[in-house]
Amino acid sequence: MKNTVFSRLKLHVAAAGVASMLMTSAFAADITGAGSTFVYPILSKWSTTYNAKTGSKINYQSIGSGGGIAQIKAGTVTFGASDKPLPPEELKEAGLVQFPIVIGGVVPVVNLEVAKAGDMRFSGPVLADIFLGKIEKWNDPAIAALNPSLSLPDQKITIVHRSDGSGTTFNWVNYLSKVSDEWKTKVGEGTSVNWPVGVGGKGNEGVAAYVNQIKGSIGYVELAYAMQNKMKYTEVKNKAGNFVDPSLATFQAAAANAEWKAQDFFEVITDAAGKDSWPITASVFVMMYKQPKEATTSADALKFFKWALNEGQADAKELDYVALPAPLVKQIEAYWAQNIK
Amino acid sequence: MSQSHTLPLSDALPQDPREERDHFHDRLFRYAVTGCATFVLIALLGAAFSMLWGGREAFSTFGVQFLWSADWDAVQKKFGALVPIYGTLVTALIAMIIAVPVSFGIALFLTEIAPAWLRTPVAAAIELLAGIPSIIYGMWGLFVFVPFMAEHVDPWLDEHLGPLAIVGPLFQGAPIGLGMLTAGIVLGIMVIPFISSVTREVFVTVPVHLKESAYAVGNTTWEVVWDIVLPYTRSAVVGGIFLGLGRALGETMAVTFVLGNSHRLTASLLEPGNSIAATIANEFTEADSSVYLSSLIALGFLLFIVTFIVLAVARLMLSQLARRGGTTS
Repeated sequence: MKNTVFSRLKLHVAAAGVASMLMTSAFAADITGAGSTFVYPILSKWSTTYNAKTGSKINYQSIGSGGGIAQIKAGTVTFGASDKPLPPEELKEAGLVQFPIVIGGVVPVVNLEVAKAGDMRFSGPVLADIFLGKIEKWNDPAIAALNPSLSLPDQKITIVHRSDGSGTTFNWVNYLSKVSDEWKTKVGEGTSVNWPVGVGGKGNEGVAAYVNQIKGSIGYVELAYAMQNKMKYTEVKNKAGNFVDPSLATFQAAAANAEWKAQDFFEVITDAAGKDSWPITASVFVMMYKQPKEATTSADALKFFKWALNEGQADAKELDYVALPAPLVKQIEAYWAQNIK
Repeated sequence: MSQSHTLPLSDALPQDPREERDHFHDRLFRYAVTGCATFVLIALLGAAFSMLWGGREAFSTFGVQFLWSADWDAVQKKFGALVPIYGTLVTALIAMIIAVPVSFGIALFLTEIAPAWLRTPVAAAIELLAGIPSIIYGMWGLFVFVPFMAEHVDPWLDEHLGPLAIVGPLFQGAPIGLGMLTAGIVLGIMVIPFISSVTREVFVTVPVHLKESAYAVGNTTWEVVWDIVLPYTRSAVVGGIFLGLGRALGETMAVTFVLGNSHRLTASLLEPGNSIAATIANEFTEADSSVYLSSLIALGFLLFIVTFIVLAVARLMLSQLARRGGTTS
């Protein structure tokens, strides 16, 4: 008796197993992605919305841009995401395509009693000199000249940078390299660099915490962190010579003014031209295979990105990201049609 | 250790079935426990070897210079382990300077001085402290302790000890609260429960008649502790200290929060530094070149070596101390 009940149970289990296998195969396989932590909040928001709409699941692991590039090259994920674009030769060698997916921005933040959010003004070269350790005090003539209305204290500047490698750092030092030759030769650019001075915080949240803790400090974070933590962001002089506030509008201006002429969108849009452009605007890139092994999954991922670029804009705004300008979206869609089989 | 010594039955030919069964079970038991011990060794060697293998590119690129080069530049792809090794040793040393005396105090108070009703709850509280995840210590360190250090301790040290001749350079620097001193103190607080709970356990095992005899001939509490309790429990106490030291050397999360994570060699304890574990935790995810990744794994291997050397030196020093103690008493 016992035996028959048991075997019947086993039969049920087996049937259920077969049924569930059939059900999953009826849907497409999950889309997997890995890479940039910068893009994680918006990608996870998009995937929730998209999943509710279509039932497709996107499984994104924010292991860092370097990890994302390694994973896509190893072919273990459908797409990789990186804050740092790969040069066309490297893409060609690996059989990959690359396109921007969303725009964000890096913002200098200070902890200084005399300044309110948006009060302080910096220029690129002054920021570079501060981060090189050449400007040591807040009342340095170079800072005072940009901020005549503030009575700056005779206080030491403490620099806060990222201790982990990150796309935020990459865009920040890329900007400093563009505006300061000394930075370019002495420090250079990369996801992590050899900082001449300062303390390192882990992640945007680590930098935000350090800047909030240390009086007289300056650091850099993504806009969302500056806003959420009510930090004192600053204005920065852009290439056109205007002082601009970090905001979605100035990020958008920078993205619109970037030319995107380079092959495979190999372009870092910091120090963009245009009178309203925020100078430290960053874009996140997605990498996929030209001839993917799993063609259907890859096609599903493209459908997802198409949806994200066109309809995901509201989600992006909510999280302080900027959707790509319409002409660029057209350009990307043409690029897909041309390159992905 | 000879076979016949550990298993006296093995030579005799077992006659009756019961003896045979016992013999079989004994052998089974021996294999089982030997297996357990071998497992630890294999795990240790396996981990050390795989780190060495992973770090081979760093060792072959930089050679032995990797050990004392203070470079850490991901752009130029030049790496050296000096700053993290220095930071690891200094923070662990500060931690032990704080934790060992305090832990002894706690253990002695609980076994010799505290009223009996207080002993169990306080001992339980200490064990609870040992179970707190290190990230909690890190967050407490960053949000509570760092501002306290920045406002009260660092400026005082800079002002009063900074100008001194030899120790001065240790205490000069901007009072930002982050740094090796802060990390060492937080680590010290973290390892106190480990050392004190082990020492308390072994202090309890000292036979009452030994202590009572000492009191009877007129010893003070201090003399009883120093001449009776400590010598009796020495090896176990050393074990407890090593447990704490090992934790202090390898602690990652709490240190990362308060150390400042900066690859610069500085004499000052008030300046930010870096430790091996913190460097690995910070930089592993985004190590974007193979030599960078390999250097981080090589650092992991060096942590093994550093821990091994520190523990060996500590054991040597303590055994010498024990010998000297033996001749004078």
